[in-house]
Amino acid sequence: MTDTFVRVAMLPPELPPASQRGAIKWMRENLFSSITNGALTVIGVVVVYMILSSVTPWLWHSVWNAGSESECRAIVEAKFGPGATGACWAVINERWPQYMFGLYPNDLYWRPTLAAVILLVAAAPVLFLSLPRQLLWVTILFPAIAFYLLWGGTIWAPVSAMLGFVVMGLAYRILLPMVGVTVAGSLGFVAACLWWLFLSGFVSDTLASILPLALRPVDSDSFGGFLLAFVIGVTAISFSLPLGLLLALGRQSNMLIVKTLCVGFIEFIRGVPLITLLFTAALLLGYFLPPETKFDLILKVIILVTFFAAAYLAEVIRGGLAALPRGQYEAADALGLDYWRAQRLIIMPQALKISIPGIVSTFIGLFKDTTLVTFVGLFDPLKGVTTFVRADSNWKAIYWEPYIFVGAIFFVICFGMSRYSMYLEKKLKTDHH
Amino acid sequence: MATTSDVPNASFRLSMLIYDTRYRAITIQVVVLILFGLALAWLLNNTAQNLAVKGKQFDYTFLGSRAGYDITQALIPYTNDSSHFRALLVGLINTLVLALIGCILATFVGVTAGVLRLSKNWVVARLMTVYVEIFRNIPLLLWILFIFVPLTELTQPPSAFKLTEAMIAAGEEPVATMKLDHTVAFTNRGTYMPFPVLEHSVPAIPGVPVNATFLVIVLVLAGSFYANARIVMAARSVQEATGVRPTTWWKSLLVLFGPIAVLLAALGFHLNYPVPPTGFNFKGGFVVPHPFLALLVALTLYTGAFIAEIVRAGILAISRGQTEAAYALGLRPNRTMNLVILPQALRVIIPPLISQYLNLTKNTSLGIAVSYMDLRGTLGGVTLNQTGRELECMLLMMGIYLTISLIISTLMNFYNNSVRLKER
Amino acid sequence: MNEVIERAVDTSKMQVSDEVAVQITGMNKWYGTFHVLRDINMTVRKGERIVICGPSGSGKSTLIRCINRLEEHQKGQIIVDGTELTSDVKNIDKVRSEVGMVFQHFNLFPHLTILENCTLAPIWVRKTPKKEAEEVAMHFLHKVKIPEQALKFPGQLSGGQQQRVAIARSLCMKPRIMLFDEPTSALDPEMIKEVLDTMISLAEEGMTMLCVTHEMGFAQAVANRVIFMDQGQIVEQNEPREFFTNPKSDRTKLFLSQILGH
Repeated sequence: MTDTFVRVAMLPPELPPASQRGAIKWMRENLFSSITNGALTVIGVVVVYMILSSVTPWLWHSVWNAGSESECRAIVEAKFGPGATGACWAVINERWPQYMFGLYPNDLYWRPTLAAVILLVAAAPVLFLSLPRQLLWVTILFPAIAFYLLWGGTIWAPVSAMLGFVVMGLAYRILLPMVGVTVAGSLGFVAACLWWLFLSGFVSDTLASILPLALRPVDSDSFGGFLLAFVIGVTAISFSLPLGLLLALGRQSNMLIVKTLCVGFIEFIRGVPLITLLFTAALLLGYFLPPETKFDLILKVIILVTFFAAAYLAEVIRGGLAALPRGQYEAADALGLDYWRAQRLIIMPQALKISIPGIVSTFIGLFKDTTLVTFVGLFDPLKGVTTFVRADSNWKAIYWEPYIFVGAIFFVICFGMSRYSMYLEKKLKTDHH
Repeated sequence: MATTSDVPNASFRLSMLIYDTRYRAITIQVVVLILFGLALAWLLNNTAQNLAVKGKQFDYTFLGSRAGYDITQALIPYTNDSSHFRALLVGLINTLVLALIGCILATFVGVTAGVLRLSKNWVVARLMTVYVEIFRNIPLLLWILFIFVPLTELTQPPSAFKLTEAMIAAGEEPVATMKLDHTVAFTNRGTYMPFPVLEHSVPAIPGVPVNATFLVIVLVLAGSFYANARIVMAARSVQEATGVRPTTWWKSLLVLFGPIAVLLAALGFHLNYPVPPTGFNFKGGFVVPHPFLALLVALTLYTGAFIAEIVRAGILAISRGQTEAAYALGLRPNRTMNLVILPQALRVIIPPLISQYLNLTKNTSLGIAVSYMDLRGTLGGVTLNQTGRELECMLLMMGIYLTISLIISTLMNFYNNSVRLKER
Repeated sequence: MNEVIERAVDTSKMQVSDEVAVQITGMNKWYGTFHVLRDINMTVRKGERIVICGPSGSGKSTLIRCINRLEEHQKGQIIVDGTELTSDVKNIDKVRSEVGMVFQHFNLFPHLTILENCTLAPIWVRKTPKKEAEEVAMHFLHKVKIPEQALKFPGQLSGGQQQRVAIARSLCMKPRIMLFDEPTSALDPEMIKEVLDTMISLAEEGMTMLCVTHEMGFAQAVANRVIFMDQGQIVEQNEPREFFTNPKSDRTKLFLSQILGH
């Protein structure tokens, strides 16, 4: 025989019992699920309390307006009783122009500021794909604009330098139907180099003598603070990506010589500390170039930092390439796409997408590493400017505030970058329902 | 009957250099090689010219001459009469010592933080997230200075810790006091810490050049590890024979820690605490120089944050399915961890972990910020400046760093190849 | 014998012309020292539907991959539509743009939408204007019965749908010859049918097809010739009825008994 059952009334949904919901449930599950867990919670809370109890009063007693460290201390003691300590942000208040621009001439601060604003506009279409593509023109022209604004001088020098790229593009376009991508590309590059070496200076001089359009020139030596960090960081980031791509392709290539050269370069750069490369820039580049060459230190540093980041990027991108299934290459071949088209349309978009986290963390590393240029005598925001500020007897006894200030700015930028990479990864995800 | 196309066509045309897959690769490589050769020749030629202009020779004989400078932290005998080469060695050892201790501590910090970040405990997980994000997103140099500057500039000289009878009589306190239950003193000369010492020593064995006490300790430890291995093996064979694994953890603990504890107690092991000075300096204890301490702490915390992320990602990478499969087979959580999750997670964790060790080693060169006398401080610092041999010093220094890196990454490749999953 | 072929096949347009589409003469291939393909001789005429079968490792996939030079042969001659496959890049490009290929694992480009997958090669290889390429693509997506998926990404489609997209992608290049490399092996049974249907309607339009497949029902319904390969060699070829009912070689008999005898 069988048990028969027919439900007469349907049950309405009910809330779980009190111990299984709300704050109590949350605390039971997240804080006190076991004895170890409870002990950990207590330790955690104690640690947080210790940190907060020592830092909060100090932050609470912050002083924003004072002429010197001793004045700061006097204000704190007057307000909160003798022995009270407080943060003295007055030093930042007074010296922030140096933290931002280094020794850039006071009356010209508008130039780096304007360049920074244009940088935001130029970066926007690259970072957010939904923005109008016309904005990319700003991105393309940005190097010339930024150079003109920051260093000043005649406008024709950067314009003529940009014309080199136009020459490269034209040569490539004209040659492409006759020879392949590789040859056309290399010849285009050669043409651009010829332009830069022999014609560019002449063209810009001639145009400058007709119509100067010059801004007051500013020497590289006066660059400093976050201006310097951004000049080095942004330039190196934008040049290291293409270079890293080429190195990664070279390393994956089945041409032995090309592969060996790429591996050698990548492993050498990755095998030595950045500081030694910076010293190479400062001390050795002079040996490797013709005796009479004069080279800006910032430029040398940018070149070496670019190489450094490119080698790391190459490894990151190689990982992305290796993760692609062979079928993708085969399908591209079967459709009749040649090597460069297959790379550009099929392989790279996917490989780069896989490598986004690695690429962005390389960029973050690069941006943090711009502080190391202090060791070759450049005026970085962290050590360079802070040492300079503390050399002033008024601020000699300031210890933590400059570092906290600079650290906070770095944190915001780097943390922002890593969040952006997460956003981008999510946005580009197409392989799930 | 078949016409074969495996021999190059008799009618070789120049365009085939570009359009024929057989020749194209060769063409490109030859061009690249020529360009590379030209660039190399150009650089070498420039270097030769520049050396000639400056009237310098390229040679390494200066390494044999007298260094003439002092190094505060020298772990092998060194005076300013020693050679530049000796100074180089001192620097290299300082680099390696810092890197080694840093790697050990960073692993400890990183693994702890990584595991805790995955814990179900909300407070601890959040705390670790904050730690990781803060340290990963702020330059290492800042952390070094943040520790070093207050350490050197806010500390008092050792004499400030002096407490004389007259002061006690007058009820005065010394200017500075020791921290952590009066065991550690931060002074402007360095940090004084307790140091383990042995009261007695084992008499030297004739004919053996090694310190006998050290030898005995090593032998006892080795014996303990061997005994433990035997216990584990015995347990395994019992398990294989009967299916039941005998409890071994208390035997292991006893065998591992018992003998060494007895030996150390017999040798009179105790900590030598630093004692506040009656004159100018501390008695006893061990001084850690500020540059070393600041670098070590900063490198440990900074690299630890990266390692924490690696550990977390490694554990997360083992799919849920693996845990569920193990549970479904009836394995208990700790056995699941040991037999299923960890072996797989380690495969994922170890390669990036080693590249963090490499980074830490390379980052020791940031000692320049606090005048730590590492390889860069001796060879690439004082020696370079004194002799003016930039080219030789820089090339040698890069060569040494490169060698260290290549050794570490070769070891890593061996490891990777040995643990790679066997797949079709 | 095979329940997946349900409908009657319209053979009115399936005509084999005398024109040669693929001519393979004395072709050999080695992987290192392993001799994968041994003295392959075969002629494919326009409009032929050839099914290649054989045990795994018999070299059948390698053979059709040689026809658009995804694999290089070391000896012998392959002429596709009048163009000999040599190491000359131009010839390779020409052949590839005229030969469509469908893979076992679809190999759709996951970062592009279905429509973009279909228009990519016409735009970049054939230099078709985008608008026209999209119209052509939609036409073929209609034909494989998934026009409504055009703006989705491959990851959002079922296996059978993906394979039909892959077929449409190849058709967009207006190929003269289609190669199928085990198109249904990675699919669930209910999806095999939809892909085979698509392939049958392609055959009904007179497409020259070379299929590596184990779908014997398809072979019987559509193929005009079945080729059996083993150990890198063509062991037997015949028209389907004869091949299945009266195999000549012992190897063929053994193979057929294994795959049909259950």
